[in-house]
Amino acid sequence: MNRSVNIYILVMALTTYLIRVLPLTLIRREIRNKTLRSFLYYVPYVTLSVMTFPAMLEATNSIYSGAAAMIVGILLAWIGVGLFPVAVTSCVVVFILELFL
Amino acid sequence: MQPKSHKLWFAQGIRDGIPIALGYLAVSFTLGIAARNAGFNPWQAFFVSLTNNASAGEYAGFTLIAAGASYVQVALITLITNARYLLMSCSLSQKLSPDTPMIHRLLVAYDVTDEIFGISIAVPGKLDPFYNYGAMSVALPGWAVGTYLGVMMGNILPANVVSALSVGLFGMFLAIIIPPARKSRIILVLVIISMLMSYLCGVIPFLARISSGMRTILLTVVISLIAAIFFPHEEEDTASADAAKEVPHESIG
Repeated sequence: MNRSVNIYILVMALTTYLIRVLPLTLIRREIRNKTLRSFLYYVPYVTLSVMTFPAMLEATNSIYSGAAAMIVGILLAWIGVGLFPVAVTSCVVVFILELFL
Repeated sequence: MQPKSHKLWFAQGIRDGIPIALGYLAVSFTLGIAARNAGFNPWQAFFVSLTNNASAGEYAGFTLIAAGASYVQVALITLITNARYLLMSCSLSQKLSPDTPMIHRLLVAYDVTDEIFGISIAVPGKLDPFYNYGAMSVALPGWAVGTYLGVMMGNILPANVVSALSVGLFGMFLAIIIPPARKSRIILVLVIISMLMSYLCGVIPFLARISSGMRTILLTVVISLIAAIFFPHEEEDTASADAAKEVPHESIG
């Protein structure tokens, strides 16, 4: 494949900008369609779930450290721990486990 | 209340943007680690962040590009992972005064993120675009510099530290999806089904031939659409107030 990184960057930038700019310039009103609103509401949760699992297990040197980090991350997030503590703890879990694995 | 001048709104935007910028610096650092794993150099990652300012969207883009996806696929994944900004921009368009000139609309649109949307919608009365410019002027550099540093440090740090940092972004993703999943049964089921399907599509022989980026696109559209049709999201409030409430302060970027 002979694709240019610069064109990739351009494609991403244009797509993202169009999503943000069209409602502010052309549409200028609320989306009232309930199905469309629900779809747009659900998308982040679904896409983040799809991207997190199983990729989180494959991101580390060992699948076990990734799995442990994921379990710890879910538990902490479940009890209401914030964004950064969850992220940092996940990293620490991987780091410590990989000293032994 | 005395109407504030553009200058005052700009200063207020900077003030409210600083905590956001600091958060962005940390999040985008781990995004930089992901960009590095996808083969991006620091400047490329810097420009992606400067022109996108969207963590999930950028992360998805990086992984697809690393897998040699086509331009159309990259456009598609960017469209889907950033689709929520469409909703936010719609809300923001109500928040701007109807006679706001086109140039201000074009500029405000440049940096609609979960956090900037959150603070703009919370402003009392109509939104002065200069408030957004103030917030952007600190948030955007924070995001882009963090990404740059993430890639650069990823090249310097030892392999086991990079391995550990690689889960940071996923940890944040979890911190975004799990608390609402605890509150809403529908989201909980959606999260479980999404993860399960993501795994199954990677191991079932016929489905595993679909590239990972295409898999993310298809699963997101299909699962979200089915959920939207059969379990439409109930909103109690007016659209904009509801959207502001739903955007957690610690969010995606």
